[in-house]
Amino acid sequence: MTNETVWKLITVFAILFVTLNVAAFLIWLERRLLALWQDRYGPNRVGPFGLLQVVADMVKVFTKEDWIPPFADKPVFVIAPAIIMLTIITAFAVIPFSPGIEVVNLNVGLLFFLAMSSLGVYSVAFAGWSSASKYSLLGGLRAAAQMLSYEVFMGLSLTGVVMLAGSFNLEDIVNAQKGMWFFVPQFVGFVVFFIAGIAETHRLPFDLPEAESELVAGFHSEYSGMKFGMFFVGEYLGITLISALIVTLFFGGWMGPVLPPIVWFTIKTFFFICVFILLRASLPRPRYDQLMSYGWKVMLPLSLLNLLVTGGILLATGK
Amino acid sequence: MPTIYIDNKPYEVKDGQNLLHACLSLGFDIPYFCWHPAMNSVGACRQCAVKQFRDEKDTKGKIVMSCMTPAADGTRISIDDPEVKEFRACVIEWLMLNHPHDCPVCDEGGECHLQDMTVMTGHDYRRTRFRKRTHRNQDLGPFVNHEMNRCIQCYRCVRFYRDHAGGRDFDVFASHHHVYFGRQKDGTLENEFSGNLVEICPTGVFTDKSLKRHYTRKWDLQTAPSVCMHCGLGCNTIPGERYGTLRRILNRFNGEVNGYFLCDRGRYGYEFVNSSRRTRQPFIRNKESGKLVPASREESLEYLSSVLYFGAKVIGIGSPRASIEANFALRTLVGPERFFSFGERNLKMISSIIDALKNGPARSPSLREIADSDAVFVLGEDVTNTAPLLALALRQSVRQRPMERVEKFGIPLWNDSAVREGIQDEKGPLFIAGTHATKLDELATETYHGAPDDLARLGFAVAHELDPEAPAVTNPGEDVSSLARRIANALRNSRRPVVISGMSSGSEELVHAAANAAWALCRTGKDAGLCFIQNECNALGLGLMGGRSLDEAFSLMEKGETDTAIVLENDLYGNSESFLVDKFLDKCRHVIVIDHLPSKTTEKAGLILPACTFAESNGVFVNNEGRAQRFFRVFVPSDEIQDSWRWLGDAMKVSRHPVSWETDDDIIASVSREVPILNLKDVSPPAAFRVAGQKIPRQPHRYSGRTAMHADISVHEPKPPEDPDSALSFSMEGYEGMPPSPLLTRFWSPGWNSVQSVNKFQSEVGGPLRGGDPGKRLIEPAKGGAVSYFQGVPASFEPGSERLFIVPLYHIFGSDELSLLSPGIAERTPAPYIALSRKDADSLGIAGESGAEVAASGQSCRLPVKVDDSLPHGVVGLFAGSSPLRGIALPLWGRVRKTE
Amino acid sequence: MFSLIRTMWTILLHMFRKRETVLYPEEKPYIPPRWRGRIILSRDPDGEERCVACYLCAVACPVDCISLQAAEDGHGRRYPEFFRINFSRCIFCGFCEEACPTYAIQLTNDFEMGEYVRQNLVYEKEDLLISGPGKHPEYNFYRMAGLSIKGKDKGEAVNEEQPVDVRDLMP
Repeated sequence: MTNETVWKLITVFAILFVTLNVAAFLIWLERRLLALWQDRYGPNRVGPFGLLQVVADMVKVFTKEDWIPPFADKPVFVIAPAIIMLTIITAFAVIPFSPGIEVVNLNVGLLFFLAMSSLGVYSVAFAGWSSASKYSLLGGLRAAAQMLSYEVFMGLSLTGVVMLAGSFNLEDIVNAQKGMWFFVPQFVGFVVFFIAGIAETHRLPFDLPEAESELVAGFHSEYSGMKFGMFFVGEYLGITLISALIVTLFFGGWMGPVLPPIVWFTIKTFFFICVFILLRASLPRPRYDQLMSYGWKVMLPLSLLNLLVTGGILLATGK
Repeated sequence: MPTIYIDNKPYEVKDGQNLLHACLSLGFDIPYFCWHPAMNSVGACRQCAVKQFRDEKDTKGKIVMSCMTPAADGTRISIDDPEVKEFRACVIEWLMLNHPHDCPVCDEGGECHLQDMTVMTGHDYRRTRFRKRTHRNQDLGPFVNHEMNRCIQCYRCVRFYRDHAGGRDFDVFASHHHVYFGRQKDGTLENEFSGNLVEICPTGVFTDKSLKRHYTRKWDLQTAPSVCMHCGLGCNTIPGERYGTLRRILNRFNGEVNGYFLCDRGRYGYEFVNSSRRTRQPFIRNKESGKLVPASREESLEYLSSVLYFGAKVIGIGSPRASIEANFALRTLVGPERFFSFGERNLKMISSIIDALKNGPARSPSLREIADSDAVFVLGEDVTNTAPLLALALRQSVRQRPMERVEKFGIPLWNDSAVREGIQDEKGPLFIAGTHATKLDELATETYHGAPDDLARLGFAVAHELDPEAPAVTNPGEDVSSLARRIANALRNSRRPVVISGMSSGSEELVHAAANAAWALCRTGKDAGLCFIQNECNALGLGLMGGRSLDEAFSLMEKGETDTAIVLENDLYGNSESFLVDKFLDKCRHVIVIDHLPSKTTEKAGLILPACTFAESNGVFVNNEGRAQRFFRVFVPSDEIQDSWRWLGDAMKVSRHPVSWETDDDIIASVSREVPILNLKDVSPPAAFRVAGQKIPRQPHRYSGRTAMHADISVHEPKPPEDPDSALSFSMEGYEGMPPSPLLTRFWSPGWNSVQSVNKFQSEVGGPLRGGDPGKRLIEPAKGGAVSYFQGVPASFEPGSERLFIVPLYHIFGSDELSLLSPGIAERTPAPYIALSRKDADSLGIAGESGAEVAASGQSCRLPVKVDDSLPHGVVGLFAGSSPLRGIALPLWGRVRKTE
Repeated sequence: MFSLIRTMWTILLHMFRKRETVLYPEEKPYIPPRWRGRIILSRDPDGEERCVACYLCAVACPVDCISLQAAEDGHGRRYPEFFRINFSRCIFCGFCEEACPTYAIQLTNDFEMGEYVRQNLVYEKEDLLISGPGKHPEYNFYRMAGLSIKGKDKGEAVNEEQPVDVRDLMP
């Protein structure tokens, strides 16, 4: 085994370890932040600042009874939560955390991410279907339609970035932002991507697949124990992933003065995670038809327009 | 069909009803107190007021009592008129003036008609400032508790007790608001039906004293439809359970059988179920010590498998008080030719009874039909003591003939006091022939006392008088033949005559005589009823299943053709001569007894298996009418107790018997296949029956304490037990509406918490339950064909020179062993005695209440003597119950000697 | 769109507000007197058990966590032979107190009754019965009821006449 391979393996496991821990830590962070914005304290009893709440929650979720409803389609029911974990963790492979710290430097990195996030829809659709319960099925249907719709212009919104950078390679895209972060020329693209990202991770305000006030818990109504935990962690991994991508694509990735690149990357990602949580704290959920018409009637034309303008400008400036 | 207008809507009602009856039948809620469907109207309480209008134009109307107003064609009334509503609220306010602040400590609370009616009328606030009248209570004996303060003077109690049940020792005293319902002085209520006061009383004046000792509210009782097992009539009951013990028995209306009432033996005889003497686990006789020691289920199954090997010479002894299922399981295990049922004499009698009912033209009437009959001939039965509710029916039947006369005056039959005024003391024809004077004699047109053979001769003579083709009696004597002529005439001139006889006098000829009399009536074109009384709840069922006599079993054992006997819920010493049983059991290598209580037979057993009582198991009893009725498990038995047929099923499994059953329905299907006459399939809906996908709950929807009642044992609530055998569930969840009548677990309807809610379950108030009364008649008379009379008229009874003929004297309290374990019943049981005729007493030199020594069948004992003038010369009556002379099969010849 | 951003801003500013949470074990909250906490059984002014075992609390209980059995002393007074509340099921709704016709069952303002073993949350009569009357200190059910008990004969309750002499025919 060469030195390089060892180094690579260490990176892989370090990234895996860090992302999973971040996801777990986010459980605490979200509760704490929500409490902060609601004039409460949030979890503050277990360990310093309630930090060990994460550990307590993990102990709880791991030791819970692993219950599969007798009416569920067992193999699919079991496989569904694993898919979402797998796809999102795999998508992390292409994120350049800082120069040299990434699992794989793919020249189609962005496409890889889009591919992985498309696969994620299977998880939700499977979960909804296999639970054989009306609420789950409705949640699964909603999720499938929502994710497919928003994926369309998620991809389109990124085309501007690709055109500017001239590459699908994420490292190249970061490097292309040396002069100016892409959120300035691609502001519309950023907004569209951000909104599509919320919808892809089905976070509030676009959490219609779960919509606890209408659908109990949507596609994962029948899940409990660690299987539910996997959906839960999957959601937080999704937030991290989208935040990391926003940073990479629009906010110059690891770039920044004075501090080391990895710190910059972390700070920027953390900021966007907080924005995600703030969204949850402040915005109500739209109706489902509003969500769909918003996607197809506003976001899609907007991203096409963005594509057209970016293309036009690029042609005009002749780059 | 008259049409009446209620609040301007037309309704069709039945002819000859009063408005209250009609409105309640139509489903309207009108409050009432004094009216009762079985006792009709007197208009005493003024509660059922409605407004009557002359015609459409009449807007003013007048207030009338609906129970006293005929529902004539075109009657226009209003129930909802504000004035009449206010009137009803005022009436209840007056009734409540003196009603004490007792509900929390009143046993009627929660099933109180007064509570229901108060809520119905809307009275909720006491306005009077005056003092409440109080009364002192009386001790009315072990059955009924008295709390006179609560009385609202509806007069239902006296009307039931005196007019309906013929009691004398209870009445109404004093005047105006001092009116007092009770006895002349403290003392036990003597009537056999006193327990019905509990259900008759609309409030808490009369409450169940046995329930009081372990009091539970109606809403906390787990109940299931059941059938009384203390005599052969098969009255329908609702036993209630709480915390694993039976708390009370309530009447379950069955229009054809018991109607609204139960006898005290049926109502209070349940406490053997809770007895501390119950066998709760298997016992095996230890080989070394020879003592019975507790054993586990596995050990007992091992014992069974060691005894029931292939080719083992096993016989089974069935029981007339075990269900069809249990008897059939035993019959299947040992084989029909090794299945034994009754003693020789009883087997002959039951076979004759079945023969008479199956092959003759006379139909066995239900209790309702007997109450409706207008001429009755009782042959050799002390009905009050052997089949009490039949006596209540007979008390109604003597009114039928006079009522026809009263009806001609234009008095509607529902107008009770007018009808009684019209009837005065007139009574329809009722002829009673028995060995001794009975309580019903007071109603009888004529009575005749004689030895069983003489009674049979009278019966044969009556038959011959009615139809000359029936066998004649040689030398009947002038008095008998003229009596027979009078009886025959009375029966001939009636429309619905009934002949009643039974097994208690132990004479097969009597059964034949009764059958002949009824058949002869049928030959004259009458639809005569033929009713036979059996003392045990499933005697007819066991008889229909077949089986050989016990005496044959004894001789098989004697010859060594068998060495193992399985005895089912039976004390052999109660059915046969004890020296024979002793010999039998001593010779038997393995005696396996399945029973719920220890007995003399279990003392000799090698293996005792604990069986369920009626309250813990499902089963079918066939009553004296030939009506198969299913009873259901009220609660799950504790410890190792299981159904007898399940024990036998286990025995079949360990002995590799080809047949096996999983549920009660399996065994019922099996019975119906193997014994065609016992076609029990549609006696009740099967276990798979559901209404709207749900079972019928045994617990009311207000059942309390679900999460606390077992919390002292474990805070984790146990899962409710499953019931594979029936469509009932051990839970408060399930179908709340109206289940099919065989599955009625209780009577309750919104706003009607008391027993009066039965109105809502009947197709017409007082009529059959919706969907028909439960039970299925198994025996119908043969249609057409020649009548082949029973022959063999006995010779007349000749008193012995040395010996006397001992006949049994049955007692409602005392002759049924199981009910004796109820403290109340035990208290009412007389001490064992013998009764002698004056002539015999004089000739033996026994005077007054002194003692005598009785010797029969190799046993003797000393008993106090009662002189009974009605007993014929040469016949001596022996208390049939637990006396030192147990284990002799009466009647038989014996000796009586004066003791020094 | 602007309103969305303003909402988010307003929510963000809540970071700097005062916390509403009362940090309970360190800081004791105010418990109003009609608080529905731990259930007790009280005694009447004469020091006898007030409970007459009427089963109304049990039937009113929406979670069915009360079970009892009625018994009677030799003089007609009813009392519960056992009285059990499964506090692991109790939802402290207070229906039992409202249903109680004798003011026997009362909810107090003690709520600190946590246990590590669930079984310890099953309270029997000896755990529930207190020695005083609690609320409504004057009320004594048997002084109002028509039933006679030891020390109170017929006609001696509030607003009652002396028992009727049945043999008296005076109007």
